[in-house]
Amino acid sequence: MELLMQQPFYKRLNLGDWLFALFIAVVTGYTFSLYGSRMDIYEDLILLGSGAGIVALGWFWGNWRWFFPLAGAMSLLAIQLYDHNLARAGESFGLKYLLSSQSSFMWMCTLFFLATAVYWAGLLSRSALLNRIASGLTWAAAAFALAGLFTRWYESYLIAPDVGRIPVSNLYEVFILFCLITALMYLYYEAKFAARQLGAFVLLVISAAVGFILWYTFDRQAHTIQPLIPALQSWWMKIHVPANFVGYGAFALSAMLGVAQLLARRGILTDKLPKAEVIDEMMYKAISVGFLFFTIATILGAMWAADAWGGYWSWDPKETWALIVWLNYAAWLHVRLVKGWRGEPLAWWAVIGLLVTTFAFIGVNMFLSGLHSYGSL
Amino acid sequence: MKSQKKPASPGYRLYELLSSMRFAIGLLTILSIASVIGTVLKQNEPYPNYAFEFGQFWFKAFEYLGLYDVYHSAWFLTILAFLVISTTLCIVRNGPGFLRDMKGFREKAAEGSLKAMKHSRELAVSLDEAQAVALIQQRGMRYKRSQRDDGSIVLAAKKGSGSKLGYFFAHIAMVVICIGGLMDGNLPLKIGELTGSIVPETRELPQGQIPAQSRLGANNLSFRGSVTVVENKSADVIFMNSGKGYLVQELPFIVTLKKFHVDYYSNGMPKLFASDIVVTDKASGKETPATVKVNHPLIVDGVAIYQASFGDGGSPLELKAWNLAQPQSAASEIKGVSLNSQPLRVNGQDYQLEFGDLRVFNIENMGKREADGKTLQQRMHDVREVKQDTKNLKNVGPSITYKLRDSHGQAREFHHYMAPMEQEGALYQIAGVRSEVAQPFQYLRIPLDDELKIDSFMRLQAALKNPALYDEIARRTTAKAMQGAAISPAMEKQFGDSVKWILSRFGEGGFVALEKFLDDKVPADKRQAIAQTYIKILQGAVIDVMAVAQEKAGLKPWTQDEKHYRFLLDSLVTVSAFNDYSAPLYLELQGFDQVQSSGLQMTRSPGKNLVYLGSLMLVIGIILMFYVREVRLWLVLRAGSVRVAMSSNRHNRDLDEDFDKIVGALSPRAGEV
Repeated sequence: MELLMQQPFYKRLNLGDWLFALFIAVVTGYTFSLYGSRMDIYEDLILLGSGAGIVALGWFWGNWRWFFPLAGAMSLLAIQLYDHNLARAGESFGLKYLLSSQSSFMWMCTLFFLATAVYWAGLLSRSALLNRIASGLTWAAAAFALAGLFTRWYESYLIAPDVGRIPVSNLYEVFILFCLITALMYLYYEAKFAARQLGAFVLLVISAAVGFILWYTFDRQAHTIQPLIPALQSWWMKIHVPANFVGYGAFALSAMLGVAQLLARRGILTDKLPKAEVIDEMMYKAISVGFLFFTIATILGAMWAADAWGGYWSWDPKETWALIVWLNYAAWLHVRLVKGWRGEPLAWWAVIGLLVTTFAFIGVNMFLSGLHSYGSL
Repeated sequence: MKSQKKPASPGYRLYELLSSMRFAIGLLTILSIASVIGTVLKQNEPYPNYAFEFGQFWFKAFEYLGLYDVYHSAWFLTILAFLVISTTLCIVRNGPGFLRDMKGFREKAAEGSLKAMKHSRELAVSLDEAQAVALIQQRGMRYKRSQRDDGSIVLAAKKGSGSKLGYFFAHIAMVVICIGGLMDGNLPLKIGELTGSIVPETRELPQGQIPAQSRLGANNLSFRGSVTVVENKSADVIFMNSGKGYLVQELPFIVTLKKFHVDYYSNGMPKLFASDIVVTDKASGKETPATVKVNHPLIVDGVAIYQASFGDGGSPLELKAWNLAQPQSAASEIKGVSLNSQPLRVNGQDYQLEFGDLRVFNIENMGKREADGKTLQQRMHDVREVKQDTKNLKNVGPSITYKLRDSHGQAREFHHYMAPMEQEGALYQIAGVRSEVAQPFQYLRIPLDDELKIDSFMRLQAALKNPALYDEIARRTTAKAMQGAAISPAMEKQFGDSVKWILSRFGEGGFVALEKFLDDKVPADKRQAIAQTYIKILQGAVIDVMAVAQEKAGLKPWTQDEKHYRFLLDSLVTVSAFNDYSAPLYLELQGFDQVQSSGLQMTRSPGKNLVYLGSLMLVIGIILMFYVREVRLWLVLRAGSVRVAMSSNRHNRDLDEDFDKIVGALSPRAGEV
């Protein structure tokens, strides 16, 4: 993303861009006509902002123009099938086997596993076709993830109006968010750098997360929908958590690219992978995006903490580990940009960075006590 | 920066070190590692906890290192201070150069240096100045023109100078955030404690008696503490933990708690914690009523008031006291207040009755883990199901804890529930007891009668422990046995004696006493059979015990059915268990008038806005640094040829593309030289 392009950006917009904007504007307007009378000024602004955000993302990234409407349509269909009755989840064929949030998530898990296998087959056999299929599977998995999250949001309101809340409030839900965001970011870079071979590596980390989701579901029954405890009843959550997961997703992505780069530089799979320099650049891009969003997320977290815990910074274990992650990548970026480091040391550093990030993400909840305990296993 | 050629003075070398990258990276690393300590070791616990955990030697060592409050320890703050110094010096050192660079177009760049650039080419094309300017402007670039001595014209263009601006934003932001944090930190307190002007109080004193050296005035700029306010009571100070003790912070206003609210979801999870408060300004007397909720603080006078915790505030209680030592005497009424203690005289002995928390809601997880014992297929089905959390949280109703302390200071602690609790289809009152705080409570369940009271049980227990009734009970039990032809007439006397003996033995010590007798007096091979007989006799006799107890109390006899029989069998277990209860009294919670308390946290943090400003600058800085690419372009116009040179602050594929585009745009007109 370059803010200063060759021409002012509006001159570069084509018909497709404008049609997409028009489509989203119509949908936003229709939504407003349906619910506007019950919305307060903040909600009006949020609706407007969401519409603008979706358009901006669509202008920035062409694939978003079909992906978002597809996921939206899937969840709208699910809502249609539910017909205000939660019990329909077990009765309607479409919901039971395809579109209820749990079915969507199970499809997502299956498709991610499949995509991983096909990416590897594609990498090893140097088959562009297999890689394209794997890409398609990843897209499908991501669509099920996003649609499933939307549907789960609706389902929570069906359970009871006061139970309804955005599905980013426990470890189960954020793991799905993690899979979704990591997959989407990868798909963006894959297209931008024409580097489909790297899916084999990136999908590994997603598959690990999917494995966790499955264990969490089958063994711990974590997929049940719980209402929000008072500490989480805040607007900040809706932006703090997703922003954080853009960060986590980007760091996970960069670590897997780091692995690929290390292999490529050591003569393993070198002839099958993109050039090490290309992977290096992708890694840098991923970390810079992740760093930006992680910074924003941490600041949002501080502002939320100021509302909820009485101080913007309490040296709570989660906060402290967020700081450690931030310092880690700040240092990474410094040595790259100022000292001009490239290649192997930075790749190793990105891989180690994932360990630090993972500890901040899950380890803190498992091993340390603190104010973030609602994310515990 | 490259080191200077001239011999550097020590001062300059220090400046160089402090402002260097490696020093900054080193600091970031040390800061990260130091931060880990505080997440592993729980911070700001009461000191005795640490002493207990680590032992005296390590406790002292860790205390010396300040590990119990790492983030406010002198050495940690020193690292932070060095980070601020390092960042500041970095700005001072690199800033002027960056500024020059941002302003300048480098239009005087020598031909040689342009030629040496990685993206540089001489094209055999004649381009007039207007065309060149158009080319530059098309790309949204600004330029500066200069003419060389040889007559060639240099157009030096650039865009994306904001990238350098990002450096300033991001680095100044760090300093701003640290200063804001420092303003809200407890540095003045630490200094006060070091110089001895502030001394934390370690004793538990009434608020009014806390000496001035432990009090902080209302004009204190920054603080963070908490206070517990009882409903319809007020507070005008907060308390702050400080090392081994605490400090009192005076407030510019008085906070009165009107009412505290808790709401629950239908599944038992908490939904709302809120305090209705009135804040009265001390100076003006102005009253501000407000409701403080979690996530919705109230800000008065620059002080933010938060909902932090809640609890019992000392509720009037009504209890029924059952005399266990003299079960024949009638139950009496006792009044008390939770969280308070009162003297109590029982059977000629003096006790201190110390009430603990009254808890009106007790949310218990009643369900077993769902996944246990399910087939894979069932689990597969469950996984597809969309449903609410089924932890099966349930409110089991109010409970009270109290300690009964005898004149030797020995105490036993009790935990009694008020509402009937269902277990395996029958209703019970649940009562727990323990003799040491570290132990878990041992619970006994008292079966409830048809009126859902424990009265029948107490009556039965009294009768079981009343030898005066044994003759009558034994007579009835024997008669029943004769009727059923379970014993021969010759055995009548002996059987009756056995019943009486068993009753008295059981009445004294429960099943344990019977078992002890068997162990002591009966050969091992016969114990099993005799034990069976005893239990059978007891189970038969208990029906008569109840009947006699009812008659004695002037009540109707019970109908004989399965439910009542279960009651009697349960009662035998509980009477036996009551022997371990070891208390002269059983206090049954009858009623209460709930008075709650709310824990309010209050902070004044003037540095907050500075921190937010710094945060905003940081984000802007990062965006500018990473997403604005500085690109410079030189066009050297000569007769018949043009030199195109480009540079960027980042050498990446984008620059390759840009360069190719520009060369491409010029190329149709010419081949390369």
